[in-house]
Amino acid sequence: MPRELQEVVFVDGVRTPFGKAGEKGMYAQTRADDLVIKCVRELLRRHPELPKERIEEVAIAATTQIGDQGLTLGRLAALLSGLPKSTPGYSVDRMCAGAMTAVTNVSSAIGVGAIDVAIAGGVEHMGRHPMGEGVDPNPRIVAERIVDESALVMGKTAENLHDRFPRLTKERCDAFAVASQRKLAAAYEAGKVQAGLVPVATRHVEKGWGLATADEPPRPGTTLEELSTLKTPFRPHGNVTAGNAAGLNDGATACILASEAAADELGLPVRMRMVSYAFVGVEPEVMGIGPVPATEKALAKAGLTIDEIGLFELNEAFAVQVLSFLDHFGIADDDERVNPWGGAIATGHPLASSGVRLMTQLAAHFEEHPEVRYGLTAMCIGIGMGGAVIWENPHHTEHGKDA
Amino acid sequence: MTTTTQAPQIPTEVVTHAPVQDVVLPGGAGVLALVTLDNGKDHTRPNTFGAESLAELQTALDGLRARAEAGEIQAVAVTGKPFVFAVGADLSGVPYVTSRDQAVESGRAGHRAFSTLSDLPVPTFAFVNGAAMGGGVELALAADYRTVSAGVPAFALPETFLGLLPGWGGCYLLPRLVGPANALEVITLNPLSQNRMLAAKEVVGLGIGDVLLEPADFLEDSLRWAAGVLTGAVTVERAPVDLDDEVAWDAACDAARKTALLKTAGKAPGVLRAVELVRAARTASREEAFAAEDEALGDLVMSDELRAGLYAFDLVQKRAKRPAGAPDKELARPVTKVGIVGAGLMASQLALLFARRLGVPVVMTDLDEERVAKGVGYVHHEVDALLEKRRVSPDQASFLKRTVTGSTSKDGFADADLVIEAVFEEMSVKQQVFAEVEAVVPAECVLMTNTSSLSVTEMASGLAHPERVVGFHFFNPVAVMPLLEVIPGERTDDATLATAFAVGKRLKKTCILAKDSASFVVNRLLGRFMGEYSRIVDAGTPVEVADRGVAGLAPMPPYVLLGLVGPAIALHNSETLHRAFGDRFHVSPTLKRVVEAGKRGYYATDERGRPVPDPEVEALREQPESPVQLTADEVRAQVLGAIAEEVGLMLSEGVVQAPMDIDLAMITGAGFQFWNGGIVPLLDREGVSERVLGRRLLPHGVASVPA
Repeated sequence: MPRELQEVVFVDGVRTPFGKAGEKGMYAQTRADDLVIKCVRELLRRHPELPKERIEEVAIAATTQIGDQGLTLGRLAALLSGLPKSTPGYSVDRMCAGAMTAVTNVSSAIGVGAIDVAIAGGVEHMGRHPMGEGVDPNPRIVAERIVDESALVMGKTAENLHDRFPRLTKERCDAFAVASQRKLAAAYEAGKVQAGLVPVATRHVEKGWGLATADEPPRPGTTLEELSTLKTPFRPHGNVTAGNAAGLNDGATACILASEAAADELGLPVRMRMVSYAFVGVEPEVMGIGPVPATEKALAKAGLTIDEIGLFELNEAFAVQVLSFLDHFGIADDDERVNPWGGAIATGHPLASSGVRLMTQLAAHFEEHPEVRYGLTAMCIGIGMGGAVIWENPHHTEHGKDA
Repeated sequence: MTTTTQAPQIPTEVVTHAPVQDVVLPGGAGVLALVTLDNGKDHTRPNTFGAESLAELQTALDGLRARAEAGEIQAVAVTGKPFVFAVGADLSGVPYVTSRDQAVESGRAGHRAFSTLSDLPVPTFAFVNGAAMGGGVELALAADYRTVSAGVPAFALPETFLGLLPGWGGCYLLPRLVGPANALEVITLNPLSQNRMLAAKEVVGLGIGDVLLEPADFLEDSLRWAAGVLTGAVTVERAPVDLDDEVAWDAACDAARKTALLKTAGKAPGVLRAVELVRAARTASREEAFAAEDEALGDLVMSDELRAGLYAFDLVQKRAKRPAGAPDKELARPVTKVGIVGAGLMASQLALLFARRLGVPVVMTDLDEERVAKGVGYVHHEVDALLEKRRVSPDQASFLKRTVTGSTSKDGFADADLVIEAVFEEMSVKQQVFAEVEAVVPAECVLMTNTSSLSVTEMASGLAHPERVVGFHFFNPVAVMPLLEVIPGERTDDATLATAFAVGKRLKKTCILAKDSASFVVNRLLGRFMGEYSRIVDAGTPVEVADRGVAGLAPMPPYVLLGLVGPAIALHNSETLHRAFGDRFHVSPTLKRVVEAGKRGYYATDERGRPVPDPEVEALREQPESPVQLTADEVRAQVLGAIAEEVGLMLSEGVVQAPMDIDLAMITGAGFQFWNGGIVPLLDREGVSERVLGRRLLPHGVASVPA
């Protein structure tokens, strides 16, 4: 049977406001699965033109697949969101790039024509499920020195990056972090971020129900001076602080992906077209460098160069790892094509959910920038990987012509 | 409340807290103060309103009043904890209310708090997210608007079922919201129809809720809807209620009153009072109406009928779940296959019940292929009916049809863990059946008899293992009647008895331990009741007079009940009891003739299915030479006196563990009334137990107002 490949488009994406993990966080008593269900429900609410039975897959990522993030979350989220029983689902884990992988997985399925419409997303309730909960690392990792011991502690891998690239100073990192906070505050001020948020009813036995409508982690107005005084928990006199890294957060994301033909047929908006993607492994103890080879591979697959990328949504797990990427590609620390609304340092980074946040935001940037043809979403991944997805802007005049 | 006979201790209130959080509404609609009702327990202990809970709600709402006046908030909403909105007044404190003033004050406290919500100067909302009953519903009614989650499992004003009435605004607000007919359906009709609850869809259908929203994001959607109401994007449409149409209003109330009288014979005070409050709601001011509700609460809370209702409620909610006298449940043996001797109607009903509830193979046996086929056919037919009503899925139906099989041989019992006989009610027949069964079954197989009157001990006496025989007495129709009498014989061992209770529980029946004695509990007491009634009628008192005398005791007049039971069975029961206990139990010559004539009851039915006198039966009636015509009061005194005497004897003989078990049995096995507490509280209340037995059967305060 001759196989016809399909174009894959990003229809829409939403996320919950992100919360601070822990007892005092706004989602302390709200279930993780409920967070992702709210996202799926919001997508359905925003797209009445999409018949529920046309959704042929629900892939949901979570790093810690235990308790309310376990039990084949994608399938259960589908059922609990009111999708028909005929809609299948599954769970995904690629640590921080869980949602990104959920997107590329279902896109691949769409690409080869196995399905036409899917939902992909991710959730991480780091309050209920701290990173590393219940893990049982194989003793060979240490015995055979498969990876450096520091590889399993993300903050230490960030310090390792400072060692590898001494020119990426703490000062540069702090400056990047301040900018991230400033850009997010501006985006909030302009009402841009809110459009992609799903209000979430927050349960609390003592405080009663509330409604989360904005991110909890941002610290607008953060200054360099403030950041310079923070502790460096991963190394005495080190570089990585709570100020120049993403925090521990709760949140969820979800998006709709479709074949271009199905989007046309159903009248779904086309907000991005997927061009190429790549995941590449690196040394686990410097996992933050992962986006570099992943992006190079994705560019090569697309036949593009870095100069042709007009907008970047890079996950800010650590300022130093974003800077390592920018440095590599010769992009300035404050290049305005990069993270126009700030990044995870300000919004928070509920691990497996973040990939779709990058995409939702890139889609919004595309709408504002029809002059930009290509954009990149990229992120580093624990245990030494990077992920990159290149997208094309449908609002660009050249869209759809030979890339 | 308590059903022990020890001095009651006032329980500490599980307080429903009322924390408030501000929510910024979408679309620039302003700030909504969201009140959450939450007692900090899970859904198995729903939110209730006791004195302290009402005080907390009052404080929260008073604070919001100030904030609303200051312009800080633009709306107020109340919602519940997961799965529960609120289920009304905390009734656990009622047994300790000893003065009418206390009762009236509890009414006022509720009215004050709920009216504070109504009177806020900003729009108010109830987001009914889960179960809502009684005062919970009334709080929702106090708000301007109501959203209802499609996941709400039960929404009701069940007060009149217990002998109370909706006294926190329900009798006034509901009829003015949805009209008297819809309101009375909820306030009186449903409670008197096995305490029927509304499903979420009906709540909106009746106009009580303004909008039905899906449960997955109910609160978010409710807030979005509320914002729409505030901005004008959502228009709330309600069917108008015509307060000037006195005729229609009164007609609805008259109809409800008539139904209530028919169902309660006027013996349950709450429901009639509720109808009159609804009648008055058309013209009364809110203050007048709420004051009238307070007074009604004062009267009803201090009525023995309500106390008896709460006692009965406690029996079926709590005592029913922990059968008194049952052995350690750890001793129960697993049941993986069931045998049933007989394939008649009772046996077939049992087969279906065991198959549905236990999910194990069930083998029915009978003497010939024809009977076996008929029994299995009955089960298949019933399964098809269940499938049609969507009570079972096609897969479940397929399973049930395959798991119930029939045979003329008892060989299929060889690996059964339990065999129950439902053959002809004759000792020699049953003994023979058990002997045959014992020859086939494994050593630990429990043998059950569904006898309604024969001695379990005697039935087991010829067996090699009499210790594994136990009585397991169902009531007809088996699928509907909740009661199961469990009767150990003299030699029944604990493992057998524990298995019987465990199986009873899995069958979802209310199990009561009864001593091996003629007709056990329900049939004995019902037999005494029917016998005494028949004795009176046979001696010359007209049926209408006799019926007035016993009105409100059983769910229907005795001769109507007799038609339901079947004259032959009733006669057999009375003869058995007469043989066992002598002339205390009257065997009616009229009944004998009715049975001989092959009549199916005392009444014929008219075209609308109502019982009417049957001239053929009238001709069979006993014609005493010198008729004795009693008054209704005399009938009542004689019948209740007989029942009291029998209750006294049953207690002294140890037929049951306690008077509460007699009531639990009569409520679940014979449909006796909540407001009578079954029967014992009525005997105490009317002074019959003191007159006949020289003592009360339950201390003051257990099922009555404390002395």
